[in-house]
Amino acid sequence: MIDIQMEHYLTLAALIFTIGVFGIFLNRKNVIVMLMSIELMLLAVNINFVAFSAYLNDLAGQVFTMFILTVAAAEAAIGLAILVAFFRNKGSIAVEDISAMKG
Amino acid sequence: MIVQAFAFYLFAGILTLSALMVITARNPVHSVLFLVLAFFNAAGLFIMLGAEFIALILVIVYVGAVAVLFLFVVMMLDISFSDLRKGAMQYVSIGFVIGSILLTELIMLYGTWQFAPDKDQNRAAPHVASEELTNTEALGQLIYTDYIFAFQTAGLILFVAMIGAIVLTHRTREGVRKQSVSNQQARKPSDVLEIQKVTPRTGV
Repeated sequence: MIDIQMEHYLTLAALIFTIGVFGIFLNRKNVIVMLMSIELMLLAVNINFVAFSAYLNDLAGQVFTMFILTVAAAEAAIGLAILVAFFRNKGSIAVEDISAMKG
Repeated sequence: MIVQAFAFYLFAGILTLSALMVITARNPVHSVLFLVLAFFNAAGLFIMLGAEFIALILVIVYVGAVAVLFLFVVMMLDISFSDLRKGAMQYVSIGFVIGSILLTELIMLYGTWQFAPDKDQNRAAPHVASEELTNTEALGQLIYTDYIFAFQTAGLILFVAMIGAIVLTHRTREGVRKQSVSNQQARKPSDVLEIQKVTPRTGV
């Protein structure tokens, strides 16, 4: 317990990832909190990558973490832009109102 | 060693609690602020792992950009968030089942999992931590050589995302008087001027 190993970090990442998955079910009407849950899941993946990178002495994991950060930032920007455009047209962000394409 | 363990459990505990608060907070503004706290603690964990550059990038990108973006959107949209919570508990039980299955599987996996014996031969970018080569320098030497195309692609993704966000949220308003440079340039004297013969004492 005292000696911090890689399994500690991996378990923490598993916990954060599960909280993210659970958050999507818990806030299934609120798109903004769903996007935040996705950010939490991406953070868990990043923790995994950096933990493996540190304990294997392999920097490729940290390089990949940077790319994940890039894609996460792009995803947040596009997602929120779509949300703003949708709110402007429909006046609502409730998930059940987002059904124009009958998907 | 004991200090390291204490720091790990402190960061990990606050990270888990604030992640829980992100998904359970009633007010989305509180959710965003707890997300910021979660990212700060994750940055602390990254520093403990020796990845200083990623830790500070996390703080700059997430706290400085993404969380502020979320805050802007939450505060600018005029939404009744209490209406959004009505009937939202209907899928919590199935979410709880799925979440607990996922967590059990992951922890069982990490309990029995081991490194392959020849893991050191399979490293993509072997790195030995040393005094003269810091984490940032080592990452820089890697990003601008081996991963240059991936790095450029990441920049392209950000560029496309920026254009996409602008196009999605931009709106042209009617009835705004603006300067039109091309119309000004295309205007010729022959279109707008005419010479009139004026006879004396009659006026135009």
